[in-house]
Amino acid sequence: MKPARFDYYSPDSPNEALELLGQYGDDAKILAGGQSLMPMMNMRLVRPKVVIDINRIAGLSHISPRPDGGLAVGAMTRQRELERSALVLETAPLLSLAIPYIGHFQIRNRGTVGGSLAHSDPAAEIPAVCLTLDTEFELASSAGERTVKAEDFFLNHLTTALEPAELLTQIRIPQTVGNWRWGFQEVCRRDGDFALVGAATMLRLDDRGICLESRITAFGAGGTPMRMNAAENHLSGSSVNADDRSEAARLVSDALDPISDIHASAKYRQDVAGVMVRRALEQALLPMEGEDAA
Amino acid sequence: MTTERKIRLTVNGKAYESLVPVRMTLVDFLRGELDLTGTHVGCEHGVCGACTILVDGSAMRSCLMLAVQADGANLMTVEGLAEGPELHPLQRAFQRNHALQCGFCTPGLLMTAYEFLRDTSSPTEEQVREGISGNICRCTGYAPIVQAILDVSQEAG
Ligand SMILES: Cc1cc2nc3c(=O)[nH]c(=O)nc-3n(C[C@H](O)[C@H](O)[C@H](O)COP(=O)(O)OP(=O)(O)OC[C@H]3O[C@@H](n4cnc5c(N)ncnc54)[C@H](O)[C@@H]3O)c2cc1C
Repeated sequence: MKPARFDYYSPDSPNEALELLGQYGDDAKILAGGQSLMPMMNMRLVRPKVVIDINRIAGLSHISPRPDGGLAVGAMTRQRELERSALVLETAPLLSLAIPYIGHFQIRNRGTVGGSLAHSDPAAEIPAVCLTLDTEFELASSAGERTVKAEDFFLNHLTTALEPAELLTQIRIPQTVGNWRWGFQEVCRRDGDFALVGAATMLRLDDRGICLESRITAFGAGGTPMRMNAAENHLSGSSVNADDRSEAARLVSDALDPISDIHASAKYRQDVAGVMVRRALEQALLPMEGEDAA
Repeated sequence: MTTERKIRLTVNGKAYESLVPVRMTLVDFLRGELDLTGTHVGCEHGVCGACTILVDGSAMRSCLMLAVQADGANLMTVEGLAEGPELHPLQRAFQRNHALQCGFCTPGLLMTAYEFLRDTSSPTEEQVREGISGNICRCTGYAPIVQAILDVSQEAG
């Protein structure tokens, strides 16, 4: 038998899950898609005393429009459902752009949005996109509910604001109003591998192509995905021409202090993060469907 | 204690009921308890793809699911592809194209290709390569596997 012994619960309701979490706290692990937790349990890197399987809870899996124009996504929504969702493509195209980079389709068939966010691998796509989209996280425990902003959610390598007895129930992606454009780029050795480093960008342009607002996130280049404020500030008010894009890339590389590991050296990550930002900006500026190339 | 549970599930159209230790993975259950040894078990952390089966129609890693999680599910394994002595078109194409040597990766690749072709009826070679990127083969160099899958899509189209 691969995993160490544990007690198994499969609650039908969020309340039941929260009660169990309250009771077992640190000894318990929530089991969502299992695409990160099960490998760790199979290798016995993690040996929870109690496994709380939330796959049978109805209502945690949904993609729904919000009255204010944004999007709510339930924690147990499979990554593959996001990939196929017309509503996500319409409301949060950056997410649609990023999801196919996650592992392989068999992984996305099972892996969940909430699991990816709670696990918070520094090279993961969904956390980077959620940080870029100013997403809000709804957390629940037997003591009550709270909402955490993306900028406060990712704390460190594999560490989030989630307390041991808390469940991530859903995320809220605010509506983006205006002429926004999107870019998402990453490098990895083979299709489906975790990114060595990557970037997500958003640009809001006025009629003349001047940048009113920009958002730039680097991931795989530190303990968490990171917003690149200096580069964002540099682009605001600019026409995002080739010089502006190169300068943004340089500011990003300068701001990063990544680690070396068997996959890539720190220097590589630092340099290539800049390249990813530059390419993601170029991608964001490409004419969109139905738009004149001029 | 909740260390054992009774589960009911359907595998390749046949109903089963079984008492399983909760920590048993689905692939170990299929092989060890149901004697369906067509599904192979490789890396046991989701990377190699040898254990890929269909769970309610979607290709998944059976090493990353617990058997208890399959309670109520409808599974299809490589044993469910052929109809009696009649091989599935994918199996015939793999045979024709020499898309296997040792055969270890074959069940996972077949189940992956099964869902892939259902979703993408006339794929390009590049799409096929991406579609099978989650399955590792150490014998063929992939070229005959890609060809076999393209063959089936052309036969059907
Ligand atoms: C071969 C392979 C390749 C992969 N490639 C990538 C990749 O390129 N990019 C990428 O981002 N990911 C990749 N993954 C990981 C995949 O995206 C996982 O699905 C994801 O990291 C975890 O989601 P899950 O639903 O599977 O969660 P689980 O594995 O079930 O859980 C992960 C962790 O989150 C906790 N958790 C889960 N849900 C909640 C919740 N609602 N509230 C509180 N805590 C919760 C669990 O307790 C656990 O600690 C890959 C996985 C594999 C096996």
